[in-house]
Amino acid sequence: MTALAQPDARTWRKAVDDLAGGWRQRQLWGHLGWQDIRQRYRRSLLGPIWITISMAVTAVALGILYAGLFGIELATLLPHVLVGFVVWNFISGCIAEGSEVFIANEGLIKHLPAPLSVHVYRLVWRQLLFFAHNFIVYLVMLLVFPQPLRWTVLAVIPAVVLLALNGAWVALAVGIITTRFRDIVPITQSVVQLMFFMTPIVWIYENLLNSDNPAIAERARLAEFNPFLHFLEIIRRPLLGQDQHLRHWVVVLAITVVGWALTMVVMRRYRSRVSYWV
Amino acid sequence: MSVSESTNGPVSITTKDACVDFPIFDARSRSLKKTVMGLVGGNIDSAAKVPVIAALRDVTLSLDHGARVGLVGHNGAGKSTLLRLLSGIYEPTRGVATIRGRVAPVFDLGVGMDPEISGLENIMVRGLFLGMTRKQMQERVDDIADFTELGDFLRMPLRTYSTGMRVRLALGVVTSIDPEILLLDEGIGAVDAAFLEKSKQRLVELVARSGLLVFASHSDEFLRELCDTAIWMEHGQIKQQGELDEVLRAYKGQHA
Repeated sequence: MTALAQPDARTWRKAVDDLAGGWRQRQLWGHLGWQDIRQRYRRSLLGPIWITISMAVTAVALGILYAGLFGIELATLLPHVLVGFVVWNFISGCIAEGSEVFIANEGLIKHLPAPLSVHVYRLVWRQLLFFAHNFIVYLVMLLVFPQPLRWTVLAVIPAVVLLALNGAWVALAVGIITTRFRDIVPITQSVVQLMFFMTPIVWIYENLLNSDNPAIAERARLAEFNPFLHFLEIIRRPLLGQDQHLRHWVVVLAITVVGWALTMVVMRRYRSRVSYWV
Repeated sequence: MSVSESTNGPVSITTKDACVDFPIFDARSRSLKKTVMGLVGGNIDSAAKVPVIAALRDVTLSLDHGARVGLVGHNGAGKSTLLRLLSGIYEPTRGVATIRGRVAPVFDLGVGMDPEISGLENIMVRGLFLGMTRKQMQERVDDIADFTELGDFLRMPLRTYSTGMRVRLALGVVTSIDPEILLLDEGIGAVDAAFLEKSKQRLVELVARSGLLVFASHSDEFLRELCDTAIWMEHGQIKQQGELDEVLRAYKGQHA
């Protein structure tokens, strides 16, 4: 515990200390994140492999369905849907669980003095572990539908790091706000569900852009305003061996910086209030 | 909320005019609708302000290394809230609280325990929550297992334990740590008599290891065993602070 010399709880110093102090307790949230996963499948025979299996089933089923509906080759659409799904699961997990991160940990917050960020790191870590389990499906898919991978596939690493960084600020900011205003929890969860359909996961954005119908092509351009599209693209494109677009990276970087800046403002102002609100 | 980290300097807790005010959000005032409508509609509803409960008022105290403080007072007098203020869980809404040293709060034996995982795993998790490292806990597991006398049950999920067995496990972990600041809340007594005698010995040793103790209890016997000074809380304020016997006499005298 550091000295609480500042008379005011609302200092930048305290907000930064919370993040750094939480990071130092890696052993705790690292352990808890693993435990969350094992716990979910504790009495099942296959254990966490169920994460992988259910992802595979969903992605293949949706791939076949939409390939038929849109008249696209399965070999094109299935990898697209699969990678999209893996990334989307991480994003939606961070936002949906982030909206309850402090509410769900009320007991811990009221009984143990720990930085708020511990709960957020645990959440993001758990989602990363889910992501890793789902990634196995992608590796298997490479055997069935080989992709024209090049060295650019390495771009996945910084892309996933950026994804995790954004997951952390979203969970932190949304978590603080929902603790105060409980109505935001269902709102957030509905919005996340809606965004699944607005984001090019089961449909291919570029096909619509190049549509013969100019009205559709015009409307498809609106998808650029969807921030999730950019997160999806910086991961999906390298994994499918497609050309990368700089603008997706620029948008993601900008969101990361602005998001963290706003979150720090929220942290500075309301961090010390969370234990009173839960 | 404060960072749990070991400081090598002397441990201390000082507060100056610290207040803890709880906002009470009922379903109406907590909702976004109310706030948004309030913004749009102007000052129609003057009752929109959130009612506040002043749980602690103007608490000023200074505890140094070696302090052994008992907390007495009626239910609702603010003992538990004061412990949470001293642990850094609640930062004062007004005033200052400065805490130096790693805090081990033992308010609720069950917190952080997971019914689905085994007793052994729970020992690890509970220890990590109390600020121990994985390695430190691995060194202590055998000692804790011996103390709890649970034997092979430690490999069973916690949900198969009786209440008494859970308390044994929790007490075993809690009394195995090396706290700099130890904050104990009452209610750690739901064990059979023979075990209580054994755990009392461990509690005394734990307190001897800790740099600073604050102990809230209704039991004179326990207080006399662990503390030398006391604080009497009433209506969220410190009513009296001093030697244990003196404070206890005044507190009991008021009852008589």
